[in-house]
Amino acid sequence: MDAINTRKRIEDDLSELKRMIFRMGRMAEESLEKAVWALKNRDTVIAQAVLDSDDLIDDLEDKIDGACMEFAARYQPLGEDLRVVTSLMHMAVDLERIGDYGGNIAKVAIKLASSEPIKPLIDIPHMVEKINAMLDISLTALDTRSPELAMTVFPMDDEVDDLEKQIMRELFLMVMEKPSRIEQSFLLINVARTLERAGDHVTNVAERIAYMYTGKTVRASQHRRKQEA
Amino acid sequence: MAENGFETQIRTIGLNLFYGAAHVLKDITFDIGRKTVTAFIGPSGCGKSSYLRCLNRMNDFIPSAKVAGTIEIDGEDILSPSTDVIALRRRVGMVFQKPNPFPMSIYENVAYGPRLNGVKSRSALDDIVESSLRGAALWDEVKSKLGRPGTGLSGGQQQRLCIARAIATQPDVLLMDEPTSALDPMSTARVEELIRDLKVDYTVVIVTHNMQQAARISDYTAFFLLGDLVEYDRTARMFTSPSDKRTEDYISGRFG
Amino acid sequence: MNRTLMRKSANSFMTLIFWTCGLLLAAVLVFVIAYLFKQGWSVLSIEFLTQPPSEGMTAGGILTPLVGTVELVFVSMLIALPVGVATGLYFAEYSNDGILARLLRISIRLLAGVPSVIFGLFGLSLFVVFMNFGSCLLSAGLTLGCLSLPLIVTASEQAFLAVPQDYRDASFALGATKWQTIVKVVFPSAASTIITGAILSIGRVAGETAPIMFTGAAYFAPELAKSVFSQVMALPYHIYVLATASTDIEAVRPIQYGAILVLIAIVLGTSAVGVVIRARLASKGGR
Repeated sequence: MDAINTRKRIEDDLSELKRMIFRMGRMAEESLEKAVWALKNRDTVIAQAVLDSDDLIDDLEDKIDGACMEFAARYQPLGEDLRVVTSLMHMAVDLERIGDYGGNIAKVAIKLASSEPIKPLIDIPHMVEKINAMLDISLTALDTRSPELAMTVFPMDDEVDDLEKQIMRELFLMVMEKPSRIEQSFLLINVARTLERAGDHVTNVAERIAYMYTGKTVRASQHRRKQEA
Repeated sequence: MAENGFETQIRTIGLNLFYGAAHVLKDITFDIGRKTVTAFIGPSGCGKSSYLRCLNRMNDFIPSAKVAGTIEIDGEDILSPSTDVIALRRRVGMVFQKPNPFPMSIYENVAYGPRLNGVKSRSALDDIVESSLRGAALWDEVKSKLGRPGTGLSGGQQQRLCIARAIATQPDVLLMDEPTSALDPMSTARVEELIRDLKVDYTVVIVTHNMQQAARISDYTAFFLLGDLVEYDRTARMFTSPSDKRTEDYISGRFG
Repeated sequence: MNRTLMRKSANSFMTLIFWTCGLLLAAVLVFVIAYLFKQGWSVLSIEFLTQPPSEGMTAGGILTPLVGTVELVFVSMLIALPVGVATGLYFAEYSNDGILARLLRISIRLLAGVPSVIFGLFGLSLFVVFMNFGSCLLSAGLTLGCLSLPLIVTASEQAFLAVPQDYRDASFALGATKWQTIVKVVFPSAASTIITGAILSIGRVAGETAPIMFTGAAYFAPELAKSVFSQVMALPYHIYVLATASTDIEAVRPIQYGAILVLIAIVLGTSAVGVVIRARLASKGGR
């Protein structure tokens, strides 16, 4: 009876930890989405809100960190429990990073708020959609214990990288046509790079979820499209 | 198990053990490495202590016990009828769950085994007693009272005395049947520390109920369940990603 | 009256009862010894112990019966201890629980309840007549040995069984044979209990009269025994003789009581020695 009660407590605590990760994931998605929206629509109010909420994301990361440590100390977990709790700790770091990137993009939005857009933003919002879709899939995979679902995220990151390259090409062209655009282009290129890194972090999250449930280390690089020479 | 630096010392092939009609060990086959610490885990009655007792033929004392199969230690089949069981028990030492020093002085306890082996000279015995007690991390605490009865020591010290007594015959293999389950946490920690040191000189096989202990001190772990050897792997691997679902369930406490 | 108070007074009352019983017993013992002492102290002296009885046993000392008792105890223990301990060892370490072993055990237990005079008759027919030793120290000693066998066998068996199996396991695991384990570990552990059993036997044997009456005790022996085939005088028998068959019962009453006191002293003395030995063995072994 005792073993079963402890087992139930462990399951409950793990569920609570996962819930915190879901919440953090949603907050990270919102941060990215709102920041890019603020950039596109020159909305400094929304951008400021994103910056303010970054603290909340950081706090949640601390909370998850502490809760995972407590779990480890209390239960000395082994096997899958051990993999889950260590992976959740790593994932919280990745999600916190994504939140930071949202803040960086919001800062750019504030900077560009007073200037004329050099082009309508299409690909950058596209990237955010893709990245948030990746994160949604990953969190679903976490919830439904499906490592295969997590692995479908890897090729999507390739598409995010493609979008980034495309944005870079376009912006270079625009600068060459009219050098005065360089300041805005530079900032937009940075936004694209930032989003590409955010995509990498989501890939990390997916890798951890696959490891958590299979016990084998999974490298996204082995599941991507082959690199062209 | 072809791994770097793993040299097989104890090879078990198709071991079956019966207590009367009960099939206690079912077709056990695996290798234990020289100078490693191998832990046996599993719920009560799964056969791990019974296997341990096969290694030094202590099952011979159970009239209803029947053994089939092969266990080779350093190439010699110890289950064959022609095995010198007395010599075997001097090469394979055993420490029990409840510390059981003889009601004699500390000195006599440690000297018991060597005396059986024919060591008579006082100075030789003195040397063996000192080195064994040092090897068991007990020398400094008892060197001034070797004449006192062994039963007068604390529980943790008694167990270390039993370890000293077992290593006094300079065995190759040291069997430990839940050696710390009767000890308080401090003494447990000291004995665990000792086991880590002992593996430099001896091959240690330890049965334990405590999975965290197995995770702490062993290099390899074998999981027994109802007489079957379910899984045998490097400890680090078994406790982070076991291959068998039954192992996963046992180590995460889904059944005990 | 509330419950606690009732419980406490019941408790005190019972304690009082038990103390009273204990004191009563002690008082009886003290009374008996005091009475004996009063009757017999007048004859106690070194001469009493070193002079043989003289003048038709109406004077003199108790040397001959005293020595005779010691010799009888010695002979009986010489036989009973090895045989008894070996039998106890057999029961504890070697026998399985088969029919034969159980029969043997039951026989030993029954023997313990046999009246001592039966042993005397047994000794008479076996040692005195059948084996033709005649009435002598040997026959009487053997008879007394048989008498004390059950107690020693039982005490030994219990002693060996009381040795924890842990010790044997440890010994075997170190590569000892069964016999080595028995000699080096089991026997030393059991020694103190066996000695206690031996002491009790000595006490009983020293005071037995019926078994020696037909088998070797003499009404009067002019000198100490020359060999095991001589008859001996014995304290208990001597006391009996003094009390019933003396030529002058009144006059020898002090001698009789003096002899009783000596006998009691022997029994108590051996018990005390035994207890001391047992305590020293126990402290050395640490139990």
